[in-house]
Amino acid sequence: MQIDDTDRRLLRQLQADPALTTADLAARANVTEATCWRRLERLRTRGVLQGQQAVIDWHRLGWSVEVSLRVTLDKTDPRAFDGFIAAARQIPEVLEIQTFLGRVDVRLNIIARDMEDYRRLYRERILTLPHIADLEALMHVSDIKSGEALPL
Amino acid sequence: MIDLDDTDRALLRALAQDATLGAGALGRQVGLSQPATWRRLRRLHQVGAIRRRRLVLDAGALGFGVTVFLGVTLAAKGRTSLADFERAVSAIPEVQTVQHVLGLYDYRLRVIARDIPDFERVLRRRIMTLPGVGAVDANVLLSEERRPGPL
Repeated sequence: MQIDDTDRRLLRQLQADPALTTADLAARANVTEATCWRRLERLRTRGVLQGQQAVIDWHRLGWSVEVSLRVTLDKTDPRAFDGFIAAARQIPEVLEIQTFLGRVDVRLNIIARDMEDYRRLYRERILTLPHIADLEALMHVSDIKSGEALPL
Repeated sequence: MIDLDDTDRALLRALAQDATLGAGALGRQVGLSQPATWRRLRRLHQVGAIRRRRLVLDAGALGFGVTVFLGVTLAAKGRTSLADFERAVSAIPEVQTVQHVLGLYDYRLRVIARDIPDFERVLRRRIMTLPGVGAVDANVLLSEERRPGPL
């Protein structure tokens, strides 16, 4: 679908503050409320604007350790990707599963309550995942920029 | 640390799917009255269980076809160079997230671009020219899924 400057302006404002009402959003994007409503409706029905999700603050809820696990798979087995990902989905502490083209095949973002909990997870759940050829861990220290906003 | 019961967890799970749900709709999902749900939502917000709302957009439909994760190692370390690097990298619009990490790299960046030539432009003109940048390792994102987490 054709996206014009008005659509981009609306999405830019909404991205900065997803809780805006249609009236406030229209004012900030400098369009009438009717236009704003019509444009958003069109973006929704075409699947461009897919919804809004609450981002859970895991740290606040007691999961203080966050680790990015970078996994290289044994690709001699054609089922390596599917098998690994299906097994990783069974671990509740896995927040994100990403696949890559590059030196790393899959990345898991996992959280744990503390280092002891992480050690248990790592030994009992991660190291037992199928098809792992190599594994590297990056310990998350802090978020400098977050939000994943698109540069609209 | 915050104590959550099963109903709180069910509310957070529902909001992580759709943050626009009101107390009425959420209450019906978890079997609570609207005022009781509203009180729980207020508490969850007050204790900071929800960090923010995320707009879910189809990046491809908006012209962004490539996401690359970069592992950046700083060449010169020291308090000032960290602060300089962090400020400069956060100002690049195509850099969506910046995480300070311990391990193989110092920083992990999520970069979005229209296509590979556009990514190359961002990498050469914006990233490689950042103060203190040393080695950069790139992995192109093929797929990604978010999981509900341990709720």
